[in-house]
Amino acid sequence: MSAHEDNHAHEAHDDHGHHHHKETFVTKYIFSQDHKMIAKQYLITGTIMGVIGVLMSMMFRMQIAWPEEPNVLFEALLGKWAPEGVMDADIYLALVTIHGTIMVFFVLTAGLSGTFSNLLIPLQIGARDMASGFLNMVSYWLFFLSSVIMVISLFVEAGPAAAGWTIYPPLSALPMAQGGSGMGMTLWLVSMAIFIASSLLGSLNYIVTVINLRTKGMSMTRLPLTIWAFFITAVIGVISFPVLLSAALLLIMDRSFGTSFFLSDIFIQGEVLHYQGGSPVLFEHLFWFLGHPEVYIVILPAMGLVSEIMASNSRKPIFGYRAMIASILAIAFLSTIVWGHHMFISGMNPFLGSVFTFTTLLIAIPSAVKAFNWITTLWKGNLQMNPAMLFSIGFVSTFITGGLTGIILGDSALDINVHDTYFVVAHFHLVMGISALYGMFAGIYHWYPKMFGRMLNKNLGYIHFWITAVCAYGVFFPMHFIGMAGLPRRYYTNSNFPLFDDLANVNVIITIFALVGGVVQIIYLYNFFSSIFYGKKAVQNPWKSTTLEWTTPVEHMHGNWPGDIPHVYRWAYDYSKPGHDVDFVPQNIPLKEGEEELQH
Amino acid sequence: MTTLLTIIVLIFILVAIWQIVKIFDLAQAKNENSQVATDKDNTINAYLMMGFLAFIYIITIVCFVKWGDLPLMSNSASEHGPKIDNLMIISMVLIFFVQTVTQFLLHYFAYKYKGEKGKKALFFADNNKLEFIWTIIPVIVLAGLIIYGLNTWINIMGVDESEDPLIVELYAQQFNWKARYGGDDNTLGKANVRLIDIDRANILGVDEADPNAQDDVITTELHLPVGKPVLFKMRSQDVLHSAYMPHFRAQMNCVPGMITQFGFTPTVTTAEMRQTQEIVDKVKNINKIRVEKSKDLVANGGEALEPYEFDYLLLCNKICGKSHYNMQMKIIVETQEEYDAWIKEQKTFKASMTNEAEVETLIEVTTTEVAETVTQ
Repeated sequence: MSAHEDNHAHEAHDDHGHHHHKETFVTKYIFSQDHKMIAKQYLITGTIMGVIGVLMSMMFRMQIAWPEEPNVLFEALLGKWAPEGVMDADIYLALVTIHGTIMVFFVLTAGLSGTFSNLLIPLQIGARDMASGFLNMVSYWLFFLSSVIMVISLFVEAGPAAAGWTIYPPLSALPMAQGGSGMGMTLWLVSMAIFIASSLLGSLNYIVTVINLRTKGMSMTRLPLTIWAFFITAVIGVISFPVLLSAALLLIMDRSFGTSFFLSDIFIQGEVLHYQGGSPVLFEHLFWFLGHPEVYIVILPAMGLVSEIMASNSRKPIFGYRAMIASILAIAFLSTIVWGHHMFISGMNPFLGSVFTFTTLLIAIPSAVKAFNWITTLWKGNLQMNPAMLFSIGFVSTFITGGLTGIILGDSALDINVHDTYFVVAHFHLVMGISALYGMFAGIYHWYPKMFGRMLNKNLGYIHFWITAVCAYGVFFPMHFIGMAGLPRRYYTNSNFPLFDDLANVNVIITIFALVGGVVQIIYLYNFFSSIFYGKKAVQNPWKSTTLEWTTPVEHMHGNWPGDIPHVYRWAYDYSKPGHDVDFVPQNIPLKEGEEELQH
Repeated sequence: MTTLLTIIVLIFILVAIWQIVKIFDLAQAKNENSQVATDKDNTINAYLMMGFLAFIYIITIVCFVKWGDLPLMSNSASEHGPKIDNLMIISMVLIFFVQTVTQFLLHYFAYKYKGEKGKKALFFADNNKLEFIWTIIPVIVLAGLIIYGLNTWINIMGVDESEDPLIVELYAQQFNWKARYGGDDNTLGKANVRLIDIDRANILGVDEADPNAQDDVITTELHLPVGKPVLFKMRSQDVLHSAYMPHFRAQMNCVPGMITQFGFTPTVTTAEMRQTQEIVDKVKNINKIRVEKSKDLVANGGEALEPYEFDYLLLCNKICGKSHYNMQMKIIVETQEEYDAWIKEQKTFKASMTNEAEVETLIEVTTTEVAETVTQ
């Protein structure tokens, strides 16, 4: 019960606070401690980073399709890195590296989790704000700082980091191995270290808030699945991000102070280096100890958003609420013991490979349960095809398509052959790139009214979804096949291998889909930015949802609810419950006399 | 100047698209008074869902018909290859079965249960039996796959020294490969990058004092006798590389500071492989493409491409720097006689060293200085 008392204490303090503080432009829009503003800051920063990341992918896709051909775009955008419009091999690798880094960390971790955890945790659990508004603000500004440093790193003399987003040493450790491993890599590491600090502050805040600040009646088993997903994501983040920080720090030591954590016996550019006794394999372990949970840090929030949106738009309870929570927990647990499947052929003991194959394939079980539960949620529903719903269905579709090929990659014997080919690229883009992006879009379309008090244009949303959906499959489906033909990833051009000449036309097709898919995002950007000012005014509960965020006023206010915080009497999924006139019963409506609560 | 123009044109194009979207937006603003899906929206999108299902099926079929000739699923040239290929095919069949069924259910439900005003959804929150079924089915299927997969993996990775495999070192550096054979004694001499002496052509850092090293043979082409097990010992001198030999279903990273290994038995000689129908067709197709490309090149004053002839290849498959995309070595699988004749022609390590006179003095220095760091 102490949790609830704390909450009231917090309330009282807050009411007190907001009568006396006068909000200035700076405290309202810039150094805001309000979770809703911070969510918007995360979203807009993430969007800008996303535009940069997508532009990069469009450029290197053009290089792959039309290798070494002069391109005015390259000349204009890459400058000295594209003499006479021909892309340089170094900058190709840099584009691939920074694209990966930006999309995984800045867009799909901070942009997705940062936005929706901040927006929804206090609103859906019934809290006035995050446990610590100040830490929350610091978390955003650290993220902003790391974004700025990452962008600055694009402009350094010898080029940005170019060792792949996994930055395996020695390539990333030795400036003489690659231009990008000089100042570019230093900035990359500094940026990531700050990013990790930001992520940890955010995660701790989310965990504390969910545990302590739930409103009266909001037991853990009445939480919407979004909150469960954000909560467990934060836990995984707290467990695994520090390990990447340690890896980054040790790499900085190796690079700058001559230690040998990851380096040994190196002869490069005509000289023997002093490094002795380190191992790059150690770095791989440390990196993937974060790197694999990271893909679940990316996908779990998307799963949470999709579960919530699907239930609301199907006008049906999410099927198997308890199984959904159990599968989130199972995925979270397994995610921390499967990292070795990225390293089957790294030179580690093959016995370890066996263990990791076993644990990896187990993840398919909770994933399958989730997919079947989503499909069953649609069954006999009354589906409202809002853009958010389309993106949610799209999410399940790409998650299945991409997830299934994981059965091949997780199998060490099969991985020997498709490791680091385009098959891998296709797999992870579908299962955690496109899927998480769909989850993010679904969330934006669904909660835009809550964020900005206005509606997005639905017809633009439909066009955005359908073209994106076709392009996503058009890009990544054929990519499996060039991977199964043995084409390695991260090749600047394939023209030195006549063996792969018959795949050149596939690459052209993929690139055309990628370019179209990239350009149509302008529709979304237009919709997003113009609706902030000109969108139709939103009503309080446009989607007729049950969760608490829709009981707050449309106009944002500090503290979220004008009066008392609503109490909660039921779970989040009372849609189309028999015995009620309307097809949704919000969580703050007390049970009718004789009404049975579905206790889960 | 062109840069500026390009940027301006680019900005104009973006603004144009933005304006078109805006016109669309404004044109329909009047007759729409709700941004929430109506029954009409539900119906249109429900049909589009079925259309999208058809699109997924079509793209699957097109991909298989056009690019379904997958070298990594057929045509393996090593003893363990067919085991991997079988496992791959089983996994693929399973995946496509599940993919076809689940995508159908997802999109069909999205179509079938489209929203209508006044309709009420079924309040169906839970069914333990159903959930048990779709937990237990993946458990059983995956148990089968795990057992089969691990069996294959252990089989491949287990090195059987009793078979007396041919020992070959694969040596990676930015951006080329070398192979080192053990010579008559089939034993590699000790080596460490600290022993590299470019001036005296000891490019692999082989220990000159090691008696096993004297008959080692260093080559830039990898020749393998057919039917004989070969055990590769991988080394790298600078950054991570990965020795990828797709035709043999073989791959292992080369890691500075340690020796990794991978063994297999080649079963088809290069000459035989060139004769197989699949490769004949593939080469023909590739050469057709190359002739077309050459026409363009010649028209632009360039040189025509050489016709392609099939060869096994060793590719670098771990990002290793600027010329990663061109780090390859030809692999030639031949009969034992051809191999014996070839290896006889190669210089031994001892013979390939320059400045024989200086060797004696250097040996003393190097052995004392680096005795501890030498690895094998």
